[in-house]
Amino acid sequence: MKVLVDMNLCQSHGECAVVAPEVFELGDDDVLRWEEDVGEELREKVEEAVERCPMMAIRIED
Amino acid sequence: MTPRPIVIVGASLAGMRAAKAMRAAGEEGPIVVVGDEAHLPYTRPPLSKGLLEGSETPESTDLGGADLDVEWRLGERVDQVDSIGHEVVLADGERVPYRRLLVATGSRPRHWPGPGADLEGLVTLRTLDDALALRERFDQGPRVAAIGAGFIGCEVAATARALGLDVTVIDIADRPMTAFGPDIGAWVASLHRSHGVDLRLGTGVSAVEGDGRVEAIVLDDGSRVETDVAVVALGAVPETGLLEGSGLALGPGLRCDATLTSVSDPDVLAAGDVASWPHPLADGDQLRVEHWANAVEGGRVAGRNMLLEPEKRRPHDALPSMWSDQYGLRIQVAGLPSGSDSSHVLEVEPDGDRRVVACSRSGRVSAAIAVAAPRRLGWYRQHVERGSSLHEVRAALEEQDEAIGPPAQAVSA
Ligand SMILES: Cc1cc2nc3c(=O)[nH]c(=O)nc-3n(C[C@H](O)[C@H](O)[C@H](O)COP(=O)(O)OP(=O)(O)OC[C@H]3O[C@@H](n4cnc5c(N)ncnc54)[C@H](O)[C@@H]3O)c2cc1C
Ligand code: SF4
Repeated sequence: MKVLVDMNLCQSHGECAVVAPEVFELGDDDVLRWEEDVGEELREKVEEAVERCPMMAIRIED
Repeated sequence: MTPRPIVIVGASLAGMRAAKAMRAAGEEGPIVVVGDEAHLPYTRPPLSKGLLEGSETPESTDLGGADLDVEWRLGERVDQVDSIGHEVVLADGERVPYRRLLVATGSRPRHWPGPGADLEGLVTLRTLDDALALRERFDQGPRVAAIGAGFIGCEVAATARALGLDVTVIDIADRPMTAFGPDIGAWVASLHRSHGVDLRLGTGVSAVEGDGRVEAIVLDDGSRVETDVAVVALGAVPETGLLEGSGLALGPGLRCDATLTSVSDPDVLAAGDVASWPHPLADGDQLRVEHWANAVEGGRVAGRNMLLEPEKRRPHDALPSMWSDQYGLRIQVAGLPSGSDSSHVLEVEPDGDRRVVACSRSGRVSAAIAVAAPRRLGWYRQHVERGSSLHEVRAALEEQDEAIGPPAQAVSA
């Protein structure tokens, strides 16, 4: 699956990095970095990140 | 006979996340969501921030409820819960049977209890409609006063200043955002003052005066604050009116066990602002948490638990987190600052706003509060989760090359 983040919406809350650290990370400049191509085994975690993002910035594309 | 549906009362964040979790877990039966607002679920944080300022629209706050396979009964109010008959009673008398019930009714703002409560221009902020109405008032260029310097009062003040309005904030406490401890409180006070807010601390309000509409707020020290709009921001109370007489234990909110199940009835669960449960970070004290992430996590946990028999239900034990945005700076909290016995500034940017404060409870770090430092907060969050002592955090901090500010200052503070 593909993980997309709308960087116009993302405000570096970092909630995604808490629930799915395998995929999301805040860099030392506090800007979000993430893996775009993610294995199915992480789907549940990424779905949780989608729910936890206060800005509703994350999307999953199959 | 059609099966009794699962009923959710409250069509907002917690209710919506619970419904989603049930569908994700494979529930195929009917789910009815009753909500007394006319809107599909929306997210509230922008109501005191972007939406009030004008950078966001009602559409951008939508939580996507239209895509969810549930029966929405919007604009309808549950007046009563008959837990023995397993029915909820709507305002018009209709009885809706349930198999299991989720109470997700949130909280409502405390109103100004003293003289002047009916004056035009004295408002509270909880709903989208409240926010749009306040936004319209702000368009007239009024003087604004906030009664209460908690996070809503502070955010409304910051937004009003961003719009160029004259702002006064009043609180009986000697600092704003008391729940976050003295260090953050002092910093927030100076932040507001530096942005031109007239901050009146350590004095309560004795009356709101005006001839039909708000003209002035009279303080306990006798002084008067002339204003056109007064936003009452005195905190919120759990919305439990519908549960009175239901036999379900209340106080605080709907009283639940660790799995968000009512202590009185295994077929009734709760999530979000209205639920209290024995909190692992507070030595099992029965607490409510009134923040966004708690409604998301609690909604999900309660949703899954609704489908399980009581002995299989999982606890709601996610680490609490919340945030507040003021003047373009974000204050973020991981853990539970309330109930801590001391707070310690562990990192601070010289001549800047970035900082991290740790709160401790019985020697353990129970919360961390970061200003404009989300990545640093992640580091502290792990310590809160692990139950590190303050001493351990200080020692680990010495090895941290990412800490904000000079290391010497960071460890000695
Ligand atoms: C202005 C504002 C700004 C905020 N900013 C932040 C922030 O920056 N960060 C943060 O972490 N949190 C913030 N919060 C808190 C967060 O929005 C709440 O914790 C969250 O909305 C709680 O969700 P909930 O689903 O439990 O309850 P609510 O969102 O309160 O929803 C409950 C719903 O139930 C309905 N209802 C109540 N009783 C009945 C009944 N008897 N019958 C039918 N329907 C009923 C209500 O009308 C409401 O629609 C903010 C809140 C407000 C008001
Ligand atoms: S949770 Fe959302 S806003 Fe926060 S960093 Fe992740 S994508 Fe960005």
